[in-house]
Order: sequence, then structure tokens, then C-alpha cells
Amino acid sequence: MELEEAKELKERCSQCDAISWGLTEEGKYYCTSCHNVTERSKEVINTDIIPNTKIKSISRGLKRKSKLEKGWDWYVCEGFQHILCQQAEVLKTLGVAPELKNEVLHNFWKRYLQKSKQAYCANPVYTSGRKAQVLKDNVHHSDWASGSELLSDASCASSLESGAESKSDVPTPKPFPALRTPQSESRSVPAVAASVCSGSLDGMEYSEWKEKGILKMTVPGTLALCYLSLLWQREAVTLSDLLRFVEEDHIPYIKAFQSFPEEMKLYGRDKGIFAIESWPDYEEIYKHMFEIATFLDLPRFPDITEDCFLHPNILCVKYLMEANLPDEMHGLTHQVTKMTGLGDVDSLTFDPIAKGAQTVKYDVQAIALIVVVLKLLFLLDDNLEWSLSDLAEVNNEKNKTDKPWFSFRKWYQVMKKSVDEKKQNWEEARAKYLWKSEKPLYHSHIDKPGASKRREMVVNLQKQFSTLADSAPTIEKKSPSSFQFHWAEDDPSRPCFHGHSLQGILVKKGPALVTKNSLYWLSTQKFCRSYCKHVTTYEESNFSLSYQFILNLFSFLLRIKAALLHDEVSLIEKKLFKKKYSETKKNSRSRRR
Amino acid sequence: MRPTACGEPASKGAREDCGGAHPHFLLDVLRTQDMSDFSEELTRPESEDDQEEASTVSGTRVYFPWLQKHLDTVATGGKKKKDFAQTTGACLSFIREALLKHQWQQAAEYMHSYLQILEDFDSNQRQTAPEIIWKLGSEILFYHPKSSVETFNTFADQMKNIGVLNYLKISLQHALYLIHCGKLEEASRNLSQAETWRYGEKSSSQEMLINLAQAYKGLLEYFSWSKKKMELSKLDKDDYAYSTEARNIFSHSWKTSVNFSALIKTPGVWDPFVKSYVEMLEFYGDRDGARKVLTSYAYDEKFPSNPNAHIYLYNFLKREKAPRAKLLSVLKILYQIVPSHKLMLEFHMLLRKSEKEEHHKLGLEVLFGLLDFAGCTKNITAWKYLASYLRQILMENRVAWVQEEWKSRRNWWPAFHFSYFWAKSDWKEDKDLAYEKALVAGMLLGKGYRYFRYILKQDHHDLRKKIKQMKKSVKKYSIVKPAV
Repeated sequence: MELEEAKELKERCSQCDAISWGLTEEGKYYCTSCHNVTERSKEVINTDIIPNTKIKSISRGLKRKSKLEKGWDWYVCEGFQHILCQQAEVLKTLGVAPELKNEVLHNFWKRYLQKSKQAYCANPVYTSGRKAQVLKDNVHHSDWASGSELLSDASCASSLESGAESKSDVPTPKPFPALRTPQSESRSVPAVAASVCSGSLDGMEYSEWKEKGILKMTVPGTLALCYLSLLWQREAVTLSDLLRFVEEDHIPYIKAFQSFPEEMKLYGRDKGIFAIESWPDYEEIYKHMFEIATFLDLPRFPDITEDCFLHPNILCVKYLMEANLPDEMHGLTHQVTKMTGLGDVDSLTFDPIAKGAQTVKYDVQAIALIVVVLKLLFLLDDNLEWSLSDLAEVNNEKNKTDKPWFSFRKWYQVMKKSVDEKKQNWEEARAKYLWKSEKPLYHSHIDKPGASKRREMVVNLQKQFSTLADSAPTIEKKSPSSFQFHWAEDDPSRPCFHGHSLQGILVKKGPALVTKNSLYWLSTQKFCRSYCKHVTTYEESNFSLSYQFILNLFSFLLRIKAALLHDEVSLIEKKLFKKKYSETKKNSRSRRR
Repeated sequence: MRPTACGEPASKGAREDCGGAHPHFLLDVLRTQDMSDFSEELTRPESEDDQEEASTVSGTRVYFPWLQKHLDTVATGGKKKKDFAQTTGACLSFIREALLKHQWQQAAEYMHSYLQILEDFDSNQRQTAPEIIWKLGSEILFYHPKSSVETFNTFADQMKNIGVLNYLKISLQHALYLIHCGKLEEASRNLSQAETWRYGEKSSSQEMLINLAQAYKGLLEYFSWSKKKMELSKLDKDDYAYSTEARNIFSHSWKTSVNFSALIKTPGVWDPFVKSYVEMLEFYGDRDGARKVLTSYAYDEKFPSNPNAHIYLYNFLKREKAPRAKLLSVLKILYQIVPSHKLMLEFHMLLRKSEKEEHHKLGLEVLFGLLDFAGCTKNITAWKYLASYLRQILMENRVAWVQEEWKSRRNWWPAFHFSYFWAKSDWKEDKDLAYEKALVAGMLLGKGYRYFRYILKQDHHDLRKKIKQMKKSVKKYSIVKPAV
């Protein structure tokens, strides 16, 4: 009988007069000296301790305590599953199709577990090699081997759900029935051994797990997996959007483990696995995504056709709006897309298995297209764009009724101010970001009191200083949006250039419009031929100030490095001026189109 | 121990009365120049680790953020810095900026986020952070309009208990803050706690800080003692209260002297402590003890050069009516350190009274030296002394002495002291000063010089007689021979 001591009852026992009560499993009081069970049951927990009452605890009290401290038995992959589940939930609230979670992401995850031999396979990693070193009683292993039988659809469907619902008070926690079916009793021996340095059962092994051909899941990996699912669904979310949502704290990432159920203890090695101390980096996640896709051996993704959000035609419209550029430019980006073949379904669609497979950085590519068009129109040599602006301004002075001509200078002034402001806010928000979770992370139990004390101290000090800070919290959480800027026709502080025309920049020649500017300079002549993944090197000071400004503006919008955008621009130019590239590589600066 | 425990060059400008209860310690994030700072300097040279910490975090007077960043990247071996570290780094610079601009609320806001550095996984960071947090936090709490003594106390108590390294330093600065707020008893209680605090082996840095804590406690006791003494002086000697009060005072001094003596033995600049200690010793008639303290404070080579030490000694000897030779030897050293000190006038008079000829010559040097300083240009006594002494010396036909002094000053004193502008403004502000200066100008530059001429031209009935006299003496004694 599992019994608990009860300190709150102060009455004497009717049989032996002792005041020494225990609590039975049913919640009824019993006398610890004569084992007389009363009819009374525990109601309210009284926290006061009555010093005069003799309390005897039954010997199994100790065992119970250690169990409480240990929490549930859980595996690292369950932790990731929990995070994925939360991320998917948020994506759903952001308006992503609900199938993303239960069908796409769930399938990817299942496939991952299977491929990495963690579950859904005849011989999960834990039964073979790795676990055997720790386990001495192999008696129960046969149970686990039968885990493959559990790969039935019925249990799978609930597996992702259970991650979110595991907070509910299930007496014997088995949040992931689809995985192994561990019996906590049977594993008590190895579990104690393992829990010395991690809260999860396999944190230690997981962090040391090195197997050829196996891709270990990481927290950044969860984002990559989310993006893969978004891509599969052809959702209107780019990678940079996704990462921005993470940064704006909409999508759980940095402190994702915080929402693990209380009983999922996290410490020791788990810290290295789940604690994240950096923002997700575009290129890193992109690389991850690619690796995961190949590891999962995914088939060709659904086609990115002209009506998809990720198609350059649509993305360019989005970014033209975001960057406050005239709508008329869209015709030109469309043309460049066509000429370079960047809008082809085959080049846009991700096919991990295909030879030389490559995902397109849709957002970067669209922006690069815009940069190329800006270069075509204004040359961006710190000279022509300003003289064209003069023309436009003179015309606008004279002609106030017509559609105004687009003035690069005016646009620059507005954008510079807005971006600087945004950047400032962004930097401040980053400086104010709180990285540490409410639950302190620690190396081991010895470390735990120290970590808790530190946490408490920090909380106390923070309380003190927050009362001294400005009473109104300056950064209220923004609601997630695909747009970072809002331009309005009638707001003088953020005027809108969308309706401005490109007249004065384009000249009529016969039936067609031709750009007034007939020059162009290539961002690079030489592509890095070595095996490093660099396309080119971007040395900022070598380029015109306008070009620098535009790269910085757009790379800030995407939260990427300017060099990455520059690479993409160079790649597009390479396609656009293929002939010129092959002809001569002598002249460096400008050449005629 | 390095010979210069106090980094401030102790030459120009006397540092008399530094005062015990200076509240400036709170500013040392931005401007490190205070009591606590030299205690830091003192404790520095004992362990490599300490030294490193102090030089990167607080000990240095000039702070280069970029250098710090550079050092950090070197330390991490080129590994990419975690964004967490970027956040705390950015926070730190935002706080600095806010402090410089006196935006206390903003600083508190960033502080809220900066505090997470206490939970950094990097234990190095975790160890150095409390000191930075203490300095920034105390600065914010000191100036913030919504802050109070209670908030400051809670903050200090919390910070004391983060790690053991900072306990003493924070206790000490906390006590200084309390003194500044006039809460002397609380401060004293704080210091007593610090005094008895021990952690592990008593290291020399700890000892130093404990000594300081003790000495500050002594200073507080001195304060109440001197208050009692004042009251006592108001009481009638026959008053029945007198004897009990007197006894009280006696019991006081014994305790206090113990508090001071440990600190005073260690090299450093301890002006307020020495001064109060000596006052108490003198009060109880322990002249030998006082002399010993002052002599070692002034002459011990391990102590940093400190003009105040000599001033205290000189004043003590003067009170004691010590022989002139002794007084002269003290002032001679002071003359070398601070030639602009006002005691130089006394020095001059002492030299004049001396029988030795070299002293007479030195007397002239001292006056010229004193007037080299811009702060002394309007010192009428100095000019009066110079005028009369010049006259006396020229009368004694020692033109060579004057010429020797004048040689190095010939090309700048005229513009510095005797310009037309000065003549006008001196005459307007202080006619006596103008008169003395004119006399000196006449003797040094001849009667044709414009300063002299300007004053001469002024027809003032009170000074008419004096000016006539001046004309006469200039004619007689000027070192410039009138052009024939």
C-alpha cells in the first residue's frame, strides 16, 4: 500500500490515542501506530506545521521523494517532439493550414525518428549497442523490440497531440505511447544511473551519440523541420519570416523547453541539448534544412508555380511594397525573372534527391532581383541616381497634377530615417531580451541549489530595477506580421512611393519602353572557384554608397548578412549577362548592355 | 608594494581636507577617483588573478570598450560569441550611455536585462559580473528620483551575498553611502559586520579592506567624540555632568585608536584618519605618540608622496613650538612637492628670520616660485613680501640673486603679471595689490615699464604719499639701468 504521512490532522486516534496520522492511497487518514483507518479523508492541505504533533513517516517516504525529484522518465527526442508540437501550434494560429501539423510535420518527424533509428523501426538504437552498456538487466528489452508493432496509424495520430497535452494530470505519465513503452519500475536501476547527469533518460548518451549517417536533432533543427513543412505546404511564409517570428518571440525557440510539463526535469546534459543562447541564423537554418531533407530522403516537393507565394513574381511584389518602391518596377522584375529563368518551376521546386539539388532562398532571391532592377534603372554609381532624382524633382515641381515621378533621393531620405529607427528599436529590443528561463538549468543535483539561488537573486534584483524603470513597458509584443513597414499615402511621416511612376527613367522607343540609363556594372567578375561555399567576397568599401545602402536596407529586412545578398545579386547577374561573362573578363567596372 | 599607492600625482594643489565621508564612490564606473579606488589599487598586486580582474573591470581609469571587445574575442579563441553575450554586452554599453546622459530610468530598464549575466553559463562572467552590477546599480540607485535609502540597502545586502569576493568592498561602499545620507549609526553597524567577516584564509586583500572598515568605524567614533568634546567645552567645569562626560570621552579614545592604528601602518594616503587620530592623541596629551604617527606618515619611504603629511607634521610642530630648524626642514620638503602652497609664505618668513645666507637666498626663490602659479597672482601678501624683500635685498646690494631668479622669468612674467590689462584691472579691484605689484614691476622692469607707469599716473589721494615713496625706491633700486 502506498501511503503518505499527514501532518494536518490533529485529533487523537479513537483506538490508541496517538496523534500520528498517515494518508492512504485513497486519501483517507490512518493511524500509524495502530493502523486504524478512519473514514475521514484529506480535504484541504494545511501548510502550518504543528510542532507538538508526533509525526512518524513510513520508510518508503524516501523513495517517493527521490521519484518526485526525478520526475518522469523521458527521452531527448520526446523533448524535441514537444518543441515541434508547440511550434506547429503557433504556426497554426498564425494562419498556416492546419494539415501542417498533423500531416506534414508529423510525417516528417516520424520519418526522422525512423531514419535515425530512434523509433518506428525493428531495432531502435536504444536496444542495440548504446543502451546495453548502461543496462545490466536486459530482461525487459524484449518489450522494446516489439515497439515496431506500435507503428500503427491509430497511435501515430495521437503522438503529436500528446506532446501538448502531457500537462494533464495523468497518474502514470506516458505521454508518448507511440515511442517506447517503458515501465518505470523495470527501469529504475539504469534510470537512477542516467539521471545523475541528465533529467532525460538518454541525455548523456544522446549528447555523445555519434553514428555515421545519422543526423542528430537539435533545437535549430526543429526550425529547419518547421520550414520544410511550410515549404511542402507552399505556405506564404519565407525562411526569413519564420526566423523573424522566432526573434519576435512568437514561435517558441530559445526558451522552448520552458513549457515542458513540470515533471519533465531538465538538467545536466539536457542543458547542452535544449538550452539555446543564440538567435537562429539564416544560413545555418538553411543548411540544416537541406541536411534534414536529404537525411529524410524526401521526394520532390510540390511544384512552386506562378501562383505560389514563393514564386519570385509574387515575392517581388511583396518586397517592393515593403521597401516602398513604385509598383511599376514590378514589370521589370518580372522581365528579369523571365530572362534569367528564375521563375521556372524546375529551378524553384525543391527536390532533395535530385542530383545537385539545391533549395532556393526564395526571399533572398526576390530581393536580389529587386536590387538588380534598381541597378538597371539607376546604375547606383553615386551619380546617375542623383541626377535622375533632380530631373524627377524638377518635373514634380512643375507638374503637380499628374502621377509624381519617382525620386530616388526622396525615397532614400524616407527609407534611411525609417530603417535607422527600426534598427535602433531592434537593437534595443535585443539588448533587453531575457534569455534565461524561469526554471533554472543546472549541471547536476549538487549544482541545483546554487542555480536556484542565482535565479531567485536575479528575479529579486530584476523586480527592484523594474520598479525604477519607466512605468509603461516600452516594448509591447507586436502581433506577427509579414510586413515590417507600413507606408501610407496620407501620412507625411512615412510617405508612400508605391504610386509614383518611373517616367523620366524609362524612355519610349518605338512601341517599347527602354531604360534611360544604358550602363550597368557587374557586382563581381570573379566567382570563387575554390571549394569553400563562397560565391564572391563582399568588401563593402569597394562599392558605391547607394549600393551599400540598398544592400544594408534589404539585408536588415531579412536579418541576413549583406554579403549573402550580394552573392545572390552576383548569381542573378551571372545568369542575366551570361554572354558578357563568357566573352571577356577584362573590363571590370561598367559595360554596355 | 608599489611605492605609489595613490595614482593621483600628489604635486600641484594641496589635498588638505579630503574629508572622510566623500560620497563620490558611486561615480567610479565613470570616473574612478575616490577612497575605494585606492583601496583597490592597494590590494592589487597580490595575485595574478586579482590583478587581471581589476585591470579589465574596474581598476583602470580609462575604459576602452573596443579594447574589451577585442580582448573578449581573443579569449574565446575566435569562437563565435553567443548572442546571449551580445545581449549583455549591448546592455552594458546602453547602461553606460544612459548613465552618462543621466537617464536613470532608462539605465534601470537595461539593468533589468543586464542582471541575467549572473546566470551566465560561463562561470568567469558570472564571477566578474557582481562587481559591475554593484557599481552600475549603486550609481543608478544613488541618483534615481524614485530610489530611497531602503532600496539602496536591500540592493546592497543582496549584492553582498553574491559570491564572497565582493562582500567587504560592497560593505565598505554601502557604509560610505549611509554616511553620506547621515545614517551614521547604521553605517557603523555595517562596518562592524564587515570588520568581523571572514571567509577562508584571511588574504591580504581582505585584510586591507577589513583595516579600512575598521578605520572608517574609527572615523565615525571620532566624529561622535569630537561632538561630545564640543558639548563638553560648552559645559561648566563645575557642572556635575562634566565628569561623566569626560569619562565617556576617555573610554572612547582607547577604542578608536585601535581602529586607526592598523590601517595607518600600511602605506597609503590616509589623511582624514591620520588627522583625527592625531587630534585625539594630542587631546589626551600623548604628544610622543602623535609625533611618531605624523613623522612616519611623512617620512616613511614606503608611503606615497603626500603633501598633506608634511602639512600635518608642520602644524603639529608649530603647535609644539619646535625649533625653527625643524620647521624649516619640514617646509623644505613641502616646497619641493607643492611650491604654490600658502604655507610657503610662512616658509619665506622663517627663512628671512634665519641667520644663514643661503636661507635668505632661498627665501627669494620661494616667493618667485609661489608667484609662478596662476592661483597666486592675486595674493597680496605674496606681493607685499616680494616688494619689501626685493627692496631689502637690492639695498643689501645682492643684485645677482635677483638677476638669477629674473633670468628665467624675464620673457613671461611681464605678460603674465604686468600687462596693461592687469594694471587696469588690478587698480580697479584692489589698489593695494596694484601698488605692491607696481613696486615690484618698477624694480624688475624699470620705471619706464607700463604697469608701473600706469599706477604712477593714477592720482589717488590716499596713496599719493605711498606712490611717491615707490617712485623713489624704484629710482634707487631698480635692476634695470635707465637708458641714458
